[in-house]
Amino acid sequence: MMKLALGPVLYYWSRDTLLSFYDDIAASPVDIVYLGETVCSRRHNLRLQDWLNVGDKLIDAGKQVVLSTQVLIESESELKTLRNIVENGRFMVEANDMGAVRLLAGKLPFVAGAHLNIFNMRTVQFFASMGAQRWVMAQEMSREMLEPIQQQMPAGMETEVFVYGRLPLAFSARCFTARAHNLPKDDCRFRCEDYPDGLAMHTRDDDAFLVLNGIQTQSARIYNLIGEMDSLRSLGVNVLRISPQIEHSEEVIQLFRDCMDQTGSPHTALQHMEKLTSDGYCDGYWQGRAGLEQSSI
Amino acid sequence: MSSTLKPDLVCPAGNLPALKAAIDHGADCVYIGFRDGTNARNFAGLNFDANATREGIRYAHAAGAKVLVALNTYPKTDNWQRWQDAVDMSAALGVDAIILADLGLLQYAAEKHPQLRRHLSVQGSATHYEAINFYQEQFGISRAVLPRVLSLAQVEHVQKHTSVEIEVFGFGSLCVMVEGRCALSAYVTGESPNTCGVCSPAKAVQWQKTNSGLESRLNGVLIDRYADHENAAYPTLCKGRFKVGDETYYAIEEPASLNTLALLPELMRMGISAIKIEGRQRSTAYVAQVTRVWRQAIDTCQRAPDSYVVQGAWMTELNKVAEGQQHTLGAYHRPWK
Repeated sequence: MMKLALGPVLYYWSRDTLLSFYDDIAASPVDIVYLGETVCSRRHNLRLQDWLNVGDKLIDAGKQVVLSTQVLIESESELKTLRNIVENGRFMVEANDMGAVRLLAGKLPFVAGAHLNIFNMRTVQFFASMGAQRWVMAQEMSREMLEPIQQQMPAGMETEVFVYGRLPLAFSARCFTARAHNLPKDDCRFRCEDYPDGLAMHTRDDDAFLVLNGIQTQSARIYNLIGEMDSLRSLGVNVLRISPQIEHSEEVIQLFRDCMDQTGSPHTALQHMEKLTSDGYCDGYWQGRAGLEQSSI
Repeated sequence: MSSTLKPDLVCPAGNLPALKAAIDHGADCVYIGFRDGTNARNFAGLNFDANATREGIRYAHAAGAKVLVALNTYPKTDNWQRWQDAVDMSAALGVDAIILADLGLLQYAAEKHPQLRRHLSVQGSATHYEAINFYQEQFGISRAVLPRVLSLAQVEHVQKHTSVEIEVFGFGSLCVMVEGRCALSAYVTGESPNTCGVCSPAKAVQWQKTNSGLESRLNGVLIDRYADHENAAYPTLCKGRFKVGDETYYAIEEPASLNTLALLPELMRMGISAIKIEGRQRSTAYVAQVTRVWRQAIDTCQRAPDSYVVQGAWMTELNKVAEGQQHTLGAYHRPWK
């Protein structure tokens, strides 16, 4: 039975927005919720204890809760946060960096996140031997690259695929949101809080190209594999991940749920989704092409 | 300050003449790649076959220098064998170390060729000691190349908390994104450093003269547009001008070269093991020029670190080959971030 997951919120939302978002999520038909700040350690609207409290509520609502770790770790204070997450004592952890893997390997079951560059069977096997129970496919991987891995999946290892949301394409030491405001990163004044869906970056001929989200650069187009439900199912993918956006996340969750339960069709869902964004969709990575391309459905 | 460690000068070579130029001008190590997608400079007409590698090793060893082979892209399940063969070939040819990123490949190399030195590539995205020590425990790496995202203080912190040798980038094209954690090129062109060993590949580049100026595109996406008086740069996609709000500017990074000559005394005081020059895709003249300057700089700094200053002549030489004719200290200098 395929499960539906909600990834961590990648933007800097206000405390109230986050808390009310997760109240809604508790009532939504997702099976797994990933929590935590994965982009920037300066963001602090929710602290670890707050995330644990949110997690408890989601557990009460019947969800599996996973704490996600920061992707780019540079400082000792970020390592301290990482250690606190690993030692939380309650929830499974998604390791998004090899330091997190070191702290978890052989000690606790964990999820091997999408930024660990797992591209082949040998590497999946390595992570299984370290105690990973699930791995998230690198986003630039295609269906064709996944296929041979699925055929030899180690026992007890689940495969998760990012199926909806702006793609987190790159991470930098530089904060591009602060740069857009001529502010240094160390005095960023938390300008990313003004952009709950990221700061749009257009080409000089006005094509919506990328979205700046602090130190993270995302695709402007929304990656959307709802049209690939049949191939995801036939490949034996265990978990589908939706990445939260400030608007329409619950609608998107419901549309995926309906398609997974076969009470709705991808065709109808796509028609509905066309109204949800003006930036367009893409599925190129899955098709083995440039990520920004969209196959005709 | 006589205790200052002298770091290895690690220079790039895209072919045998470049390798020889690097050795002749004072490189301690030269890093190369084979002629396929097993390395992150998979460009047409570039790189080494077995014979060229053999000759390169002979030439380097005769001069007391070393040859490192980069096998730092990520294999897929169905082309895995090519990477495995490349590891075996490196061992058979007697290279001094291989530079790897993929965990499966690191595991294979550690088990099959334990005597062959393994370096963690910058593509492995290890930015702190917990990550580096993990690679050491699991795969016995001897050295790690740090991504170009850390400040000098952070580099020192890493260095103090690991027994793995630390190599840093000293000069060349600047990656603004954490290496190994950037799929921008794959997003635009379908090919990225991780899977194909290329970024913003030449085959996806289009130049067009329009009424608004000279336009550079990558697979149709407008990367920049130049007025008549402006110098056009290669359309590396993170170094174009884009619109954010009402402003058009280098939203990600200017087309500039990383140049850390000014930081050399600090890097040497920290005990950094190696300084890497970027540019296997660059000309033999570039390799010769940059190697000569850096050799002089390291030797000068070694002799008298307290009175070391960056010489004007060095900068003049490097300016001739720098990308975009500008230099930056990048993330080593905290305000860059």
